[in-house]
Amino acid sequence: MSGFPHRHLLGMESLTAAEITTILDLGERFLEINERPIKKVPTLRGKTVINLFLEPSTRTRTSFEIAAKRLSADSVNISGSASSTVKGETLLDTARNLDAMAPDVVVVRHAQAGAAEMLAARLKAGVVNAGDGAHEHPTQALLDCSTIRAHKGRIDGLDVVICGDIRHSRVARSAIWALTKLGARVRIAAPRTLLAPGLDEMGSGAAGNVSVHDRLEPALEGADVVMMLRIQKERIGGALFPNTREYARYFGLSQRRLALAKPDAIVMHPGPLNRGIEISPEVADGSHAVILDQVARGVAIRMAVLYLLAGGEAAASAE
Amino acid sequence: MTPRTPPPDSDLAERRELLDAAGVARTLRRMALEIAERVPQEGAPLYLVGVRTGGAFLAQRLCTLLAEAGEAKPLLGAVDISLYRDDVFRGLPKPEIGPTDLPEPIDGRTVVLVDDVLFTGRTVRAAMDVLADYGRPRAVKLAALVDRGRRELPIQPDIVGVTVETTARESVRVMLAERGEADRVVLRERRA
Repeated sequence: MSGFPHRHLLGMESLTAAEITTILDLGERFLEINERPIKKVPTLRGKTVINLFLEPSTRTRTSFEIAAKRLSADSVNISGSASSTVKGETLLDTARNLDAMAPDVVVVRHAQAGAAEMLAARLKAGVVNAGDGAHEHPTQALLDCSTIRAHKGRIDGLDVVICGDIRHSRVARSAIWALTKLGARVRIAAPRTLLAPGLDEMGSGAAGNVSVHDRLEPALEGADVVMMLRIQKERIGGALFPNTREYARYFGLSQRRLALAKPDAIVMHPGPLNRGIEISPEVADGSHAVILDQVARGVAIRMAVLYLLAGGEAAASAE
Repeated sequence: MTPRTPPPDSDLAERRELLDAAGVARTLRRMALEIAERVPQEGAPLYLVGVRTGGAFLAQRLCTLLAEAGEAKPLLGAVDISLYRDDVFRGLPKPEIGPTDLPEPIDGRTVVLVDDVLFTGRTVRAAMDVLADYGRPRAVKLAALVDRGRRELPIQPDIVGVTVETTARESVRVMLAERGEADRVVLRERRA
């Protein structure tokens, strides 16, 4: 059977390792479509995907839009500034109106944690969380896992560093859930002001799957994967660290620091890059970086997610 | 159209052996010769494209047989039709999606589609859609090891191994060494 019994993708916390692997395997298959001369298959013909992005995003929205189009679904984008929210409509009213137009999948990004879950409980369409506040961003974690698995051949047993603004990062939360479920050990590195309480208790399985460091160097030693997060200037009031130059000096990934990791370590970044702040240009453009591979795999992973959600309901009702 | 859900193996009783291992080998040899004889090559090597998974194995064997018969070694490709099925979300279990692999452009080439069992024609229809997404072949021919009839689309094979009349309760199973079984083709019937 499908191996994915859910109607929605809300976060990595609620998925099993086997379900995550189902999505990753399917994503591998869809990668090939993106290299064809005609990058399109008719699988989701007649399905409608609404991208409801109530927070600025170019890359994720574009990635979802391309994924839908390559599967022949019709996709419609609604962005924050263009939507009725600026006229005072609540998220739920917006969503109900969209639901009345009978989409098959609604992809939602919202500044509030739990927004996707709230919609999922009320809409007929399948809901994909494309980022809700500082809570989760599951497709980013999936494409990260896909990239790691492709370059390392496995995820189980790897040491993965996640460095940056953990406190405000849904990318970090989703990645911690996904990676620990798949058997990796996660090392968090950030200034104490950018850490969140309870991080070392996150993750599944044995305690000690997640370790927290307030310096980057000890976290880097012998690491297989280094994931640098963007310093989210728009989320920081200015009180959490003195300035970006000081942040770069202590937590920026330079060639010299990267040398502490394994010689074949890969460097990842969810984008957009702040060159010279969390990652030096030499590292971002260097041979260890797999950042553009992440972007390419993002489309394939989102195709897999849309395929599973848009097809799942029809398959269930036909049985 | 109501989808056809394949019955579980336990519900199917073997009725008749259509081909044994020697029969499969003999039939494929004849098909290879017919392909060489009847498909115009026009200066370019033949292009055999198997429909995954059974047809892909057969295309590979035909390729080897053609080379052994002294013909120019054909190009070998494979198509996966799971994303092109017309019943993709109609209650069939989610199929394993395999890669489509066409090593050279098919534009202007004569392509021989190879499938194991030709039945409703829907698989071939989907395979032709896959090909159309990769280019514009000069011509597409169809070779099938077994034609069991009961077509639902206007599709006919050019080269056939064996033709067998079947009822709606019957099905044809092609067993191949590539899948860890002895080469065999059997006719099975659903138990009452």
